[in-house]
Amino acid sequence: MKKRPPARAAAAKVTRADVEELLFHEAALLDDWRLDDWLGLLTADARYEVPSNDRPDADPENTLFTIADDIDRIRGRVTRLKDRNAHAEFPRSRTRRMIGNVRIAGRNNSEVSVEANFVVYRFRRDESVREYVGRYRYLLRVERGRLKIARRQAVLDAMELGSMGLVSFIL
Amino acid sequence: MNDRPLVLNEASSFRVNRATLVDPEILDLERRRVFDVCWIYVGHESELRSPGDFRTRTVCGRPVIFCRDSGNAVRVFLNTCRHRGAMVCREAEGNAKTHTCFYHGWSYDRDGRLDGVPGERDYPQSFRKSDYGLMEPPRVESYRGFVFLNFDPQAVSLAEYLAGAKEYIDLVIDQSPSGQMEVIQGTQDYDIRANWKLLVENSFDDYHLLTTHSTWLDYLKNAGVKMQRPDRDHLLPSHGVGKALGNGHATTDNVNFRGRPVAKWIPVYGEAAKPEIERTRAELVARLGEARAARVADTNRNLIVFPNLLLADGSSVTIRTFYPTAPDRMRVHAWALGPKEETSAARAIRLDAFLTFYGPGGLATPDDVEALEMVQAGITATHREVPWSVMSRGMAKTGEQLNSDELHLRAFWLQWDKLIRGEPRAAR
Repeated sequence: MKKRPPARAAAAKVTRADVEELLFHEAALLDDWRLDDWLGLLTADARYEVPSNDRPDADPENTLFTIADDIDRIRGRVTRLKDRNAHAEFPRSRTRRMIGNVRIAGRNNSEVSVEANFVVYRFRRDESVREYVGRYRYLLRVERGRLKIARRQAVLDAMELGSMGLVSFIL
Repeated sequence: MNDRPLVLNEASSFRVNRATLVDPEILDLERRRVFDVCWIYVGHESELRSPGDFRTRTVCGRPVIFCRDSGNAVRVFLNTCRHRGAMVCREAEGNAKTHTCFYHGWSYDRDGRLDGVPGERDYPQSFRKSDYGLMEPPRVESYRGFVFLNFDPQAVSLAEYLAGAKEYIDLVIDQSPSGQMEVIQGTQDYDIRANWKLLVENSFDDYHLLTTHSTWLDYLKNAGVKMQRPDRDHLLPSHGVGKALGNGHATTDNVNFRGRPVAKWIPVYGEAAKPEIERTRAELVARLGEARAARVADTNRNLIVFPNLLLADGSSVTIRTFYPTAPDRMRVHAWALGPKEETSAARAIRLDAFLTFYGPGGLATPDDVEALEMVQAGITATHREVPWSVMSRGMAKTGEQLNSDELHLRAFWLQWDKLIRGEPRAAR
């Protein structure tokens, strides 16, 4: 068997196509509400964050965010969303994510930082569509030859959450 | 409108007419008879640090500049140019020596005085700049850092208006060693497609906790949070009461089970947070004594300051204010509040605890929003056929009213009804 290359070398070899493959796969899992499979894309120390609209570049340790989950709360969030008593998402929203302008912004040892734009359309009951527009900041890590998500931050462009209302699904 | 009963308060039955949540005429009346005569929350003094600091926001439906003047006093200006009316300040926040209306260039200093008029000599001689300063609401007063305005020049003082609510504001302030709480940066501004009074009810209605928030309770249980068996007749927590505080203000007052950054550790915070919470607790006991420290640290209180301010001192402290943009829609503004001298570690715990429950991405608030929107969807087209909502819990009891009873909700509605009916000033 061929020896697996060290992580450092693997990160250097990550291409935009590799990154897009992961992001598009993630989008499909989330749109399909395959949340357990989505958890499988995350590292054991993953974070998921949505900054407050008026502080898009801040740190959740000193700034109120909309969402700032460590891996335990990500798992708790998924457990909740799978429960029919997560009323804000029962019946579930239908979402459709468009991801583009994917760029590798930096590499550091086994990690790759990535930026991408998103539009997420959310449909619920008989309401008109709600549009969530913004950019993703990802920190991806090569673990045992696989590209995984160590941090995902969804930064909304709107000045206020306003008519989007809630971020009750995984953005 | 005046011929139909809106709130029916009978011996053992309390009902609210659902038209109060739907009818545009009622909203017009509310603007004049409730919002324009009550003390309405503007912001917190800590949001402005130095002379010239400003934040623009909409308060009581009006665009305002909330700022510090040249003498560092907190001021509120109506954000409309005295010339033709354009909004003078168009930035959300910042620091400015002057505010200049870009349309024709009239500029105002930090004290709101008009100090620049391009081509001033072409006005008649009677034109005086001193007549055209930025206008202020008739009354602006603050209590322990919380700034309110009132559009009624004859209103009683803020301190008198707050009545029994002051004791509960003080309990929040006592978390800070210096008596100074500060708003933490990061604002949650979002719409709810429901009448604003439904959020008043929901903000301190503890009857809904077990059903609406079962997934949040499961999250706490799964993390190892122990819940005591409730006392007789209680739903959750083990003990809690509802209280009316005068002038429509009301609160819940509950034994804590959900953790408190000041200062009760729960497993959700993680083992690493334990020493920090214990240090905070020790400071509290040293400063306030055992009894007062326990009062501050071991009770949760959701306080409604009539009509539209919630101070929720629960999983964390949140300030939440809301205002109707239509009968079936409101805009919510929410902030986190913490002691000014809090360590960075304690601040991080506070913010993390906040997000376990509160806000548009929290594990509980979204289900509240869903509940409110489902009420609105349920009543909008049916309120004529099904006119009454029931709010009688606890009415037949003597003595203590539980947090899951509805005395505190009724206190809000009775004050609302009194104002809407236009009772003479002396009565309010």
